Amino acid sequence: MTQARTLFEKIWQQHLVRPATAATPAVLYIDLHLIHEVTSPQAFAELRARGLRVRRPDRTLATMDHSTPTTPRNQLGIIPVLDAQAAAQLDRLREHCREFGIQLFELGSEHQGIVHVIGPEQGLTQPGMTIVCGDSHTSTHGAFGALAFGIGTSEVGHVLATQCLLQQRPRTMEVRVDGRLPHGVTAKDIILAIIARYGVGGGTGHVFEYTGSAIRALSMEERMTICNMSIEGGARAGLVAPDDTTFDYVAGRRFAPQGAAWDAALTRWRALPTDPGATYDRVITLDATQLAPMITYGTNPGMGMAIDARVPLPDALPEPAQRLALEKALRYMGLQPGQTLLGQPLDVAFLGSCTNSRLSDLRAAARVLDGRSVAAGVRMLVVPGSQAVKRQAEAEGLDRIFRAAGAEWREAGCSACLGMNDDKVPAGKYAISSSNRNFEGRQGPGARTFLASPITVAASAVAGVVTDPRPYV
Amino acid sequence: MEPISVIVGQIVALPVPDIDTDRIIPARYLKVTDKEGLADGLFFDWRYRADGSPNPEFVLNRPDAQDATVLVAGPNFGCGSSREHAPWALQGYGFRAVISPSFADIFRNNSINVGLLPVQVDDATYLQLVSLFDEDPATQVRIDLAAQTLTLPDGRAVAFPIDAFSRHCLLNGVDQLGFLLSGADAIAAFEAQHPIELDTTR
Ligand code: SF4
Repeated sequence: MTQARTLFEKIWQQHLVRPATAATPAVLYIDLHLIHEVTSPQAFAELRARGLRVRRPDRTLATMDHSTPTTPRNQLGIIPVLDAQAAAQLDRLREHCREFGIQLFELGSEHQGIVHVIGPEQGLTQPGMTIVCGDSHTSTHGAFGALAFGIGTSEVGHVLATQCLLQQRPRTMEVRVDGRLPHGVTAKDIILAIIARYGVGGGTGHVFEYTGSAIRALSMEERMTICNMSIEGGARAGLVAPDDTTFDYVAGRRFAPQGAAWDAALTRWRALPTDPGATYDRVITLDATQLAPMITYGTNPGMGMAIDARVPLPDALPEPAQRLALEKALRYMGLQPGQTLLGQPLDVAFLGSCTNSRLSDLRAAARVLDGRSVAAGVRMLVVPGSQAVKRQAEAEGLDRIFRAAGAEWREAGCSACLGMNDDKVPAGKYAISSSNRNFEGRQGPGARTFLASPITVAASAVAGVVTDPRPYV
Repeated sequence: MEPISVIVGQIVALPVPDIDTDRIIPARYLKVTDKEGLADGLFFDWRYRADGSPNPEFVLNRPDAQDATVLVAGPNFGCGSSREHAPWALQGYGFRAVISPSFADIFRNNSINVGLLPVQVDDATYLQLVSLFDEDPATQVRIDLAAQTLTLPDGRAVAFPIDAFSRHCLLNGVDQLGFLLSGADAIAAFEAQHPIELDTTR
């Protein structure tokens, strides 16, 4: 009888070109390599310098998302890139893709979008795959039961040249979430609660597998939101076992297997979930029934709390380093220990990013905004995750709801999630954001970010202050 | 890549936990297509005030910290974004090693790939280094990669972990790509029996 194995162990073993030895790490095969303009140019330069080719252009796909503008198109239907440095970066990606035969979803073209939104949307992301990208939120794709993680630029070069990576085997952690989510509590709140409880370094060295009835009940888009922020808990990757929800989502998408290949794939995919009796290196649990909408008050995603709770007191923390870190964060955020965030005035509301810019996120926010207006003095940006999401949202009339409420309806991209383009939060101003990082300066120098779910962002935009979304939904 | 065997250098302490890579190098400095000039953006929003003048309170701006080549930083150093620009910027600034109680996974890999040595130590050693720096900013340490030891000014040597292959690459100044390329036959054999079908070019 074969040994009971976890989902992670199965994918790992199925991709071992060479197992680890005493002298060398494992060589792991990569099925899908996604690239974007920011973390790839130096890798291609290295390839050129060594006279190497891209081993598998047919397993590689590029998009433009990080440094691209999201300003509306001009009269010619073109999205103008005004930043010369960003334009040069986009030009490099174009050249490299042409030279090495890689398909590129160009800025402004119909499939362009945030790399972690387009992979699933196009059916590139499939169960059981290994997927990498020079971007830490590659963990998003783990929602399909794919082992997906972020890599640095040197490793981008390794995968381009060999389709392989040298890897130390991570440990596994089961993150079990059971129970029914209360009204007004979303997938974003689950992951923010996990990180608030176990810390931003809690998952270091591990791959999370999310299990339990609360996870099984989620849609694919909700699972992606959770897996997306695994990296914010320090984990290398996050996994959800594939099931009928997964297969229904993948079926019929552009790059998904078809016909007999689909049947064969389905047989393989159904064998992926963790076997009964398999064990993880660690197990943590969360009771979904006890959750409330979450919000962050500090400068990392672990500094989060229920929206109606009070900012913790540094003096109540056990470790001096923790106390100092909290004091520093509250100084940066301009907040007082023990205060509530409800009623905190806001300057910007950002609905976007690879965490929460898919159709279901826009729909949920639009339901809150329908027939209401964004408060005076608040700038709300709505940035769809991809051109396909944008088209679908427009077909459903969501853009009209956002515009009528006074929000800006933008082109697809990373936008104010990381402030590489002009979509920034001004210094000292407060933003409520559906993105994943509230680091100092993340959304612009001096920007102060509260992370929350799309409905909390929408309700707060309407109120003009941080607001509990539950009465709005 | 330059081989590393022994690093003897002055430390500078930044005892803040969870320093993320957006702190180390803000996103607006990532528009480069090479590795030039990244040191200018290192810790930018801590190093400079809003008017662009150096912030005298930030430790790297202290006159007695100018020769430091070893950064001592709080736990979970390098969390957040996968940008290799972070170790590039640290290296460009003149750092050769970072000492911390723990490193974020991607940062650790990236550092090894660029030849910036991550030295993981226990909490007590970390705290001792921070107070040594507080007492005397000229404090030096010795890092011996072959022996995997960090030697403190009092002569105490503490071991630090690094996997055998990374150590080999760093000691010899070779990168990991060469090793992967040498396995081309094994990769081709693997591909021939691997069931996943995908064609991203269609
Ligand atoms: S949306 Fe934000 S987190 Fe996601 S890939 Fe873009 S910059 Fe990274």
